[in-house]
Amino acid sequence: MAEIIDMPKLSDTMSVGTLVKWNVKEGQTVAFGDILGEVETDKATMELSCTVPGTILKIYAPAGAQLPVGAPICAIGKAGEAAPAPGQAAPAPKAATPAIPESTGIPCVPPAPAASAAPATQSDGSRAKVSPYAKRMAEKAAINAGALAGSGPGGRVVARDVAAAASAPAVAAPAGPVNVAVAPPADGKGIQPDADVPVGGMRQTIARRLLESKVTVPHFYLEVEVDAAPLMAMRESLNKRLAEAAGADAVKLSVNDFILKASAEALRRVPAVNASWAGTSIRQHSAVHLSFGVALEDGLVTPVIRDAHAKTLKDIAVEAKSLIGKARSKKLTPNEMSGSTFTVTNLGMYGVTGFFGIINVPNAAILSVGATIKKPVVDAHDRLVVGHRMVIGLSGDHRVVDGANGAQFLQALKQLLEEPALMLI
Amino acid sequence: MAKPVVLTHPESLKRPAGPSEYAKHPVNTALSKKEKVALYTKMARIRHFEQRCIRVYQQGKIGGFLHLYVGQEAVAAGTISLLGKHDHLITGYRDHGHALMVGMGMNECMAELTGKVTGCSQGKGGSMHYFAPDKNYWGGHGIVGGQAPLGTGLAYAVKYMGLKGSCLAYMGDGAVNQGAVHEAYNLAALWDLPIIFVVENNGYSMGTSQERSTAHPGCLAKRAEGYGMAWDVINGHDVYEVRAKTSEALKRAHEESRPTVLEIFTYRYYGHSMADPDKTYRDKEEIKEYREQKDPVLLFEKELLAEKVLTPEQVQAINEAAMAEADEAAAFADASPDPTVADITKHIYWEEDNRGPKTTSRGTIIFE
Amino acid sequence: MPVISYREALRAAMREELKRDEKVVLMGEEVAQFNGAYKVTEGLLKEFGPKRVVDTPISEAGFIGLGIGASMLGIRPVMELMFWSFSYVAFDQIVNNAGNIRYMSGGLINCPIVIRGPANGGTNVGATHSHTPEAILASHPGIKVVCPATPYDAKGLMKAAIRDNDPVYVMENTILYNDKGEVPDEDYIVPLGVADVKRAGTDLTIVAHGRAVITSLKAAEILEQEHGVSVEVVDLRSIRPLDEETVLASVRKTHRVLLVEENKPFCGVDAQVAYLIQSKAFDDLDAPIHRVSSIDAPQIYCKRLEDQQLPNPARVVAEALKVLA
Repeated sequence: MAEIIDMPKLSDTMSVGTLVKWNVKEGQTVAFGDILGEVETDKATMELSCTVPGTILKIYAPAGAQLPVGAPICAIGKAGEAAPAPGQAAPAPKAATPAIPESTGIPCVPPAPAASAAPATQSDGSRAKVSPYAKRMAEKAAINAGALAGSGPGGRVVARDVAAAASAPAVAAPAGPVNVAVAPPADGKGIQPDADVPVGGMRQTIARRLLESKVTVPHFYLEVEVDAAPLMAMRESLNKRLAEAAGADAVKLSVNDFILKASAEALRRVPAVNASWAGTSIRQHSAVHLSFGVALEDGLVTPVIRDAHAKTLKDIAVEAKSLIGKARSKKLTPNEMSGSTFTVTNLGMYGVTGFFGIINVPNAAILSVGATIKKPVVDAHDRLVVGHRMVIGLSGDHRVVDGANGAQFLQALKQLLEEPALMLI
Repeated sequence: MAKPVVLTHPESLKRPAGPSEYAKHPVNTALSKKEKVALYTKMARIRHFEQRCIRVYQQGKIGGFLHLYVGQEAVAAGTISLLGKHDHLITGYRDHGHALMVGMGMNECMAELTGKVTGCSQGKGGSMHYFAPDKNYWGGHGIVGGQAPLGTGLAYAVKYMGLKGSCLAYMGDGAVNQGAVHEAYNLAALWDLPIIFVVENNGYSMGTSQERSTAHPGCLAKRAEGYGMAWDVINGHDVYEVRAKTSEALKRAHEESRPTVLEIFTYRYYGHSMADPDKTYRDKEEIKEYREQKDPVLLFEKELLAEKVLTPEQVQAINEAAMAEADEAAAFADASPDPTVADITKHIYWEEDNRGPKTTSRGTIIFE
Repeated sequence: MPVISYREALRAAMREELKRDEKVVLMGEEVAQFNGAYKVTEGLLKEFGPKRVVDTPISEAGFIGLGIGASMLGIRPVMELMFWSFSYVAFDQIVNNAGNIRYMSGGLINCPIVIRGPANGGTNVGATHSHTPEAILASHPGIKVVCPATPYDAKGLMKAAIRDNDPVYVMENTILYNDKGEVPDEDYIVPLGVADVKRAGTDLTIVAHGRAVITSLKAAEILEQEHGVSVEVVDLRSIRPLDEETVLASVRKTHRVLLVEENKPFCGVDAQVAYLIQSKAFDDLDAPIHRVSSIDAPQIYCKRLEDQQLPNPARVVAEALKVLA
């Protein structure tokens, strides 16, 4: 049975070898240990020693050939035997070595079920230090651990802090969603499919933040009714002017733009409302960064206009429009969505006459604007006339904003909206 | 116990032409023809197995180390052919010859070299760690000299149990300078242990000749005198001489429970291991001389041909059969599977492998 | 129940096992005629004779290797190291041979040996005689390591070790040799791999082994009396195998952990325990895991300072209060 001799692995780093010279010829008889030739490796030139006694049937690699380790170089067998073709090696190993099976005897610790990924954030937005156990307790109790004051080293929130928060009466932790079995429609035709609609990231975040706000911030509510006629007149006249100047490209001022500008000016007059609760202090903000609600298909975003107190009505309008566009195309950057000091929401376009929003933590208040409707009003001369009235609600964080401050703010806002010229001074 | 004062190593292997002077020793004349043929066959099998390993190594199938016994066959063959029921043996990493001599199969030995689960250690030991407790063979050890104290333990146990036996603890000439070996010598002599330390002196510890490594003028066994132990030197190319002199040491062990140090001069034709380019430290001519004039297998073959115990045809048949057996072993190794990942953490602890009503340890013992 | 010393408990274990199994042999320096350097083997030569209790020369690599070789043929040697610090001269035998022979033979052989001796500092004997190598040894698969802290555990673990068919290394402590405690007369073992809650508590878990357990129990008293803290002390008893469940159960109860060891800190036993706890009880932790080890330096000679280098009740209390903050 002929044996094919391969280029041998003569050093542990060798991958190719050069058959420098042959000492034997085809047809020659060789014994174990005879030197067949010389092979040059990466390290040295070594003698190729015969390991199969017999007759050289065929030399595959001519002198000078460089071949990889394992390539056939010659065949040795019984004299007169046919030399095998080099591809035709000795019978292939009967059983292929099976791939190492996946099973391991080593017990693997299964990955822990993914807990909610969002790190707890403290009221100033930095990553809160919460012990793993406290975090687990807080999640069970639906408490925002990061909003708690930590009594552990370095301000770490620990179990006792969560336990204290959980037993505090004001914050009755709402239970998780209660799945009440609901009977299907008797006529078989429902108003929508019975289904569990998965909740995406945005809605999760909205849900979490609003619950947090409702549960941890002591809301109180004030309402004011504004005569919107002067505002509407000014809007119409300004828009006409803008159109004359720039034509189709003209900026169109919306009612909301006026409200934003007026809010910034009202805050300038009652700056106490432009603040945040910081646990052991109230953070006053020197800038007014206004956020406003933009309704999207899957939820609400609140882009932020920075330094609204220093921007003109037109600036605000342009920026608002741009932000709305970005919001709708989901191109808002995190910077454009955070850092507000005051929020304005408006459901007037839906005909809602008045409402009170949930505070956008860490703001101290949120303004909720309703539709302008025609209604009978009593004028300055006690006559019954047709009025154009807009109801504006203010939800305030009572830790930061007292009733009086809130009232003063709304008073200022009303004045500015009913006499827009006041915004000039 | 007359010992020749030995000169530097290669000189000592001068041997007169003609039959071995030890052929007439009773322990050798007691051998039947069949037994002599069997002894020759075993030596030939060691030779061919080792040579077949070279090819497997060059094919890249044997990782790590491969220390070949080629040239030293008479040492293992001669000594082990004398052993009885309560005689045990232990050696270093040049252990293939001893393994085949005690009766381990070529298949399991070859498969172990290639790390397969059908290997004698299930792929967990490799070339240096062949074991066969059922044949009184306790390995196969990698740390030079580390097996010497283990050998004293085997001898100690035999004596403790009141058995008439011994332990042959083999080591190379390079091991005699290890501290553990000296401690073993001391314990063996102090406690009268039935141990025979067999120093297989092939003249080189890796690349360092004996002259360059050992502070003694050319006779390693003589160190035994420092411990009050008997010693002897043997020409290791002559299997009859190996048998003759070893049998005396065995007698001392069995009957007097006293130790012996035997220094057996021998030679290895290849480097320390396959990774060792031995041409850097010795002369090609030196190797050639051994092959032609002092090869133990060749010499015994000539001896048996002269004794008319074997015919040339029989010699050829024996060698061809041995080569074929080695080829089959290589094929067996190729076809065998690897151990599995689950096997990695087996055979570490007896208690884990034998969990049952008697095993009491609990808790985590393999960590992740 | 008899009250005996840790030393006497070890002796009782060896005596009972020497009686029970004729393959058991004691070996070591001064164990026979001198009656043991620390008198642990006192009287055993007289009772069992020189075949069963054997004096060895100062030759650790030699006699430990001998013991391992003999164990392959079924002898069950119990070998004393006068100090575990002396194990390093026999490291090859202890770790390479005893630990690997079973594996390298594919399970054909086992080495039922015990190596025992004091592994401790605190005795003013300097850096080379004060080693605590339990972590180094336990890091080798194939080896078992136990550290009894009380007389009851000493006897039970020693008997379990002698009966175990694998190499078991017993870390004793010369300072604990004189400690007294209740130890049953009858035959019992403490299985390897089972930890023991030496003191139940609710506010803090202390995990310790060896003499550090005794130190921790003292600290726990102080914490209770002076700080109103309820401390649970878990004595590992066995390093390899390791009782993970008892440790984790305690952590799940108290949520705060302090580890105490006489090892030096780097890759000591507690480094492994800390990994275990944070890996399997992360969400139960109310504070990071703290640790009191020996101060990281070779063992100092000056006695007053050595007492501070080792964990002492004051250091343990101080660290415990930090964990509880």
